[in-house]
Amino acid sequence: MFAEDDLLPLSALQHLLFCERQCALIHVEQLWVENLFTAQGRLMHERVDGGGHESRGDVRTVYAMPLRSLRLGLVGKADVVEFHRQESGEWLPFPVEHKRGRPKKENWDRVQLCAQAICLEEALGVKVPEGALFYGRNRRRQPVVFDSSLRAETEETAARLHELIALGRTPPPSYDKKCDSCSLKEFCLPKTLEKPYRVERYLKRMMAD
Amino acid sequence: MKKHLNTLFVTTQGAYLAKEGETVAVKVGGKVRLQLPIHTLDGIVCFGQVSCSPFLMGFCAERDVCISFLTENGRFLARVQGPVSGNVLLRREQYRWADDPERSAAIARAVIIGKIVNSRKVLHRVVRDHPDKVDTVVVEQAMDRLKSILMHVRVGTSLDRLRGYEGEGAMVYFRVFDHLILSRKKEFFFEERSRRPPLDRVNCLLSFLYTLLMHDVRSALECTGLDTAVGFLHRDRPGRPGLALDLMEEFRPYLADRLALSLINLGQVKSKGFRQTETGAVLMDDDTRKTVLVAYQKRKQDVVTHPFLQEKMPIGLLFHTQALLLARHVRGDLDGYPVFCWQ
Repeated sequence: MFAEDDLLPLSALQHLLFCERQCALIHVEQLWVENLFTAQGRLMHERVDGGGHESRGDVRTVYAMPLRSLRLGLVGKADVVEFHRQESGEWLPFPVEHKRGRPKKENWDRVQLCAQAICLEEALGVKVPEGALFYGRNRRRQPVVFDSSLRAETEETAARLHELIALGRTPPPSYDKKCDSCSLKEFCLPKTLEKPYRVERYLKRMMAD
Repeated sequence: MKKHLNTLFVTTQGAYLAKEGETVAVKVGGKVRLQLPIHTLDGIVCFGQVSCSPFLMGFCAERDVCISFLTENGRFLARVQGPVSGNVLLRREQYRWADDPERSAAIARAVIIGKIVNSRKVLHRVVRDHPDKVDTVVVEQAMDRLKSILMHVRVGTSLDRLRGYEGEGAMVYFRVFDHLILSRKKEFFFEERSRRPPLDRVNCLLSFLYTLLMHDVRSALECTGLDTAVGFLHRDRPGRPGLALDLMEEFRPYLADRLALSLINLGQVKSKGFRQTETGAVLMDDDTRKTVLVAYQKRKQDVVTHPFLQEKMPIGLLFHTQALLLARHVRGDLDGYPVFCWQ
């Protein structure tokens, strides 16, 4: 179990899954650079971040719901949590995460959503079997089932995240195609720093001129 | 990386800056004279009697736009800065390095190499471009002298020795600086560096340009999360931005000195644009200051190829790039500090 002081942001799971170095740059070195993609994401979230709730028949919707799990050591907010009324009269939580862009084949978004579900389970003492991802690009909902393999991956990712942050060191870069869409590319300098550069050799050359 | 954006310089006395939506409004006598979207700015510099609303200050702090207040003559007064960016681990490492004489010497050495290489290049360019107008023998002697100082710096010695070479290099360079002034030599001359206060027009120009440089270098360092007060070449002294002074060295000849020379040599600043007070201090008038500011901003837009990264970028971005490379070195990603050398 983690103490409140040691909780890490839920969103860091995604950063970790995208790239360990990016995750360390943001959460260890505290770098953040807004680019087109992050701005779009921010605007999209500002809309749901207003908070509040609404009721429509058998569905109650809560916006910007604060969440945490002491077991995973995570804290954050769910964009939307719907509560669906069951035949038994109970309300079953159903998290919906809003994402810019389109569905990805990797599990990044599903892991983040699953972590939200685990937070809800811890807070409410109920089982949360399902949720959904809403993608801005195609304006579609994609259902996500929180099965045991997704749960295991989520727990493993959270543990890895805690290890990385505790180490306080930024892993070296390795250039990949996905770097081109990363907002931190110019901070990270993946191509320059990938091969250990000889600054001494550079200085010698500059002096020789 | 921080994008290269514009700095807003406000020199109109009595101007009032306020937040209007997502913009900065510059008001004079209650009327909006200028309105700029915040996302196009990376800094605001206010000269003299210019005030800012607290809401604008908060807004700028939130958006990482630094506001500096200077006297009318460009002496630094205060700055408004949001929460410290970056991370405590980087700063701790910086302090450990600053306490370690060997590591400090290694960075100081790179900084001095940059300063001397660039100073030498400034001399070289004038000799190359104006062999008929300049005393080439004297200037070339200074270049040779700088080269031999560079050889001493190259083998890297103690911090004290390095500081000695730095001082010697500056002396050699400034001793021939007057030779680089090619026109109106009766009005624009240089004997030695005077700062508090500047005692002639050339020193007045240099001091003002160094102030602008300081604003930019400091902002860039703050963006990377390094502590601007703790330097390697410059020893700690309360109130002194040691690291900003370190990082400024490479830019002094390349950006400020060269710009001062071209403003004089191309006749963009006039001798009557300066006045001398009873105490001997030389000050520039509003129009001259504007001319210098515009030229400085314009120079920052020029694109150069970074000698280490081999990437093209505007000169204004170099401050951020160098601050970033220094931070990367302190974090252990790079085996040294690749100082910017003019090629």
